[in-house]
Amino acid sequence: MNRPEIFEGALFWSLFWASKKVTGVRGKAPVLRLPVEFNAIYVIVAREFKKFIRERSRLVSAIARPLVWLFFVGAGLSRLVQPVEGVSYTQFMFPGILGLTILFSSIFSSISIIWDKEFGFLKEILVAPVSRFSIVIGKALSGTVVSTIQAVIILLLFPFLGIKLGILNIIAVVILCAMVSFSISAFGIVLATFYESYESFSVIMNFIVMPMFFLSGAMYPVKLLPQVLRFVSKINPLTYGVDALKHMITPLRTGPLSPDFGLITDLGVIVFTSVAFVLLAARLFERKQ
Amino acid sequence: MPIIRVENLTKKFGNITAVDNISFEVEEGTIFGFLGPNGAGKTTTINILCTLLSPTSGRAFINGHDCMKESAKVRKDIGIVFQDTTLDKDLTAYENLVFHAYLYSVKKSEIKERVGDALKFVGLYERKDDLVKKYSGGMKRRLEVARGLIHRPKVLFLDEPTLGLDPQSRTNLWEFITELPEKHNVTVFMTTHYMEEAEVCKRIAIIDNGKIIAEGSPEELKKTVGGDVIYLKTTDNKKSKEEIKKVFGLEAKEKDGELYITTLRGDACIPELIRALADMVVSVRLQRPTLNDVFLKLTGKAIREEEATGMDTIKEEVRAYRRRH
Ligand SMILES: Nc1ncnc2c1ncn2[C@@H]1O[C@H](COP(=O)(O)OP(=O)(O)O)[C@@H](O)[C@H]1O
Ligand SMILES: [Mg+2]
Repeated sequence: MNRPEIFEGALFWSLFWASKKVTGVRGKAPVLRLPVEFNAIYVIVAREFKKFIRERSRLVSAIARPLVWLFFVGAGLSRLVQPVEGVSYTQFMFPGILGLTILFSSIFSSISIIWDKEFGFLKEILVAPVSRFSIVIGKALSGTVVSTIQAVIILLLFPFLGIKLGILNIIAVVILCAMVSFSISAFGIVLATFYESYESFSVIMNFIVMPMFFLSGAMYPVKLLPQVLRFVSKINPLTYGVDALKHMITPLRTGPLSPDFGLITDLGVIVFTSVAFVLLAARLFERKQ
Repeated sequence: MPIIRVENLTKKFGNITAVDNISFEVEEGTIFGFLGPNGAGKTTTINILCTLLSPTSGRAFINGHDCMKESAKVRKDIGIVFQDTTLDKDLTAYENLVFHAYLYSVKKSEIKERVGDALKFVGLYERKDDLVKKYSGGMKRRLEVARGLIHRPKVLFLDEPTLGLDPQSRTNLWEFITELPEKHNVTVFMTTHYMEEAEVCKRIAIIDNGKIIAEGSPEELKKTVGGDVIYLKTTDNKKSKEEIKKVFGLEAKEKDGELYITTLRGDACIPELIRALADMVVSVRLQRPTLNDVFLKLTGKAIREEEATGMDTIKEEVRAYRRRH
């Protein structure tokens, strides 16, 4: 109900993981109410997944969007930009296209909370004996599941673009996609808490999501941007996700198309923003008059 | 111990006082009615009781747990049917209930049975695999009642459960609601602005402008307006009047050629009246006071029986349309 519950929730989780690590058994201490929280998280994710499977049009447009960017924009621009060290512009764009897929599907999944608010379903979740922290985790994982699936579908295109990835690289990319999806989904939940009606949907798409895409290094390297835009890129959480994907997919050491930051920096920012957004979202959920 | 206890509860939104220093108690296993016009503060009270809102001042307890400090315990003990539906219309009825069961950590081995039983109780089992968006208003309400019972709450809140339903669905829903305390071992707290609906309650609190202006059983409340009215048609009004005065000591008045007497327990008076007046009686009719009369007497105005949901439904449809396009 109030702030302690968030910390309580955070504490439960860390304790749970710790206890699992130490004892190797599933913690079932009565004080921790963990099964309750897990059931809630599970069912929130299951609901999203079910609706995702059911809504074919959502899946189709989610897959079509990155393809359009990749083949229309990529094909056009690769005539202008010379390949650097064997990396063509289309190949350079590929990590960004994965980022685009993740960005749209994660944000879309998270801001469905606004619809739940409008159609009342959120109340059903909010009056349940479940901590706000778990609701946020559940929602963030929902976004993670559906956007990782979509990212993997797009990833399957890599052989057709002349990109070579080993099996370990593929696994690393998938894990990375899941991490980026989680942080962007958590960011989307924070966004969703500020809006009451989905009339704001187009505002979010045009003024937040599209700029996030363009200034993420997906289309053009951050290091080539003018100073002001470079600054915006640096505070854009997606930038680090795209950059980490570049490390995995087009690992150039130097030159304009090489990654803009170190891999460790990228991973650090992704983890940090994930935690920060989840805590912030849980806190914002508590807000009431 | 009362299952719900509210002490000096006040809720202000800016300078609007939505709930103004109310106190009441609800006895376990009963149906308690919160009766009042739109904007009286009924929904706000429910939101406080179900831990969605914090009050400005005052306290509330459910099953002995403080609604502000022990919200997790309170949430486990309550089920709610909100004024506006809170179903996921893109899921089936069955999926909505299973979602609820997980959310309340119902044992996995019991989920199927409980969900099935709940659906049967409200007569929706055959339609369980339909998407909720295909349901009528009445079916949605019944489904929400069923959902509210899945986790076996101690108290079920129903906020204007019949608002916007056609008369047949209303009657239908009432059958379920009146059976709830006995069949499901649950205390029902319901709000309504339909006077006749409040009649089924064991106790009623009448609320207006955030204040409770009367509380009691429907019978007690109706007594406060002065009792029943018996209308008589006779062959000889003058002689009948004299006879009534002689036998009962009551002053009968005449209106439109009919005599009428105001009395408590009008039903018991009728046989005696007929006996006393012998062959002079042509017809008798009894008019009992309604809760509407009570409200009228207390506030000097009638509760408007407007259909707020008409507009809400249209709004919702417009939104649903926009969402699809
Ligand atoms: N969130 C809110 N912000 C401001 N005013 C509110 C809010 N919720 C309710 N009110 C006001 O409080 C009063 C009581 O509302 P409500 O409890 O919904 O009444 P009822 O359910 O009896 O129709 C109304 O005047 C309403 O406008
Ligand atoms: Mg209301």
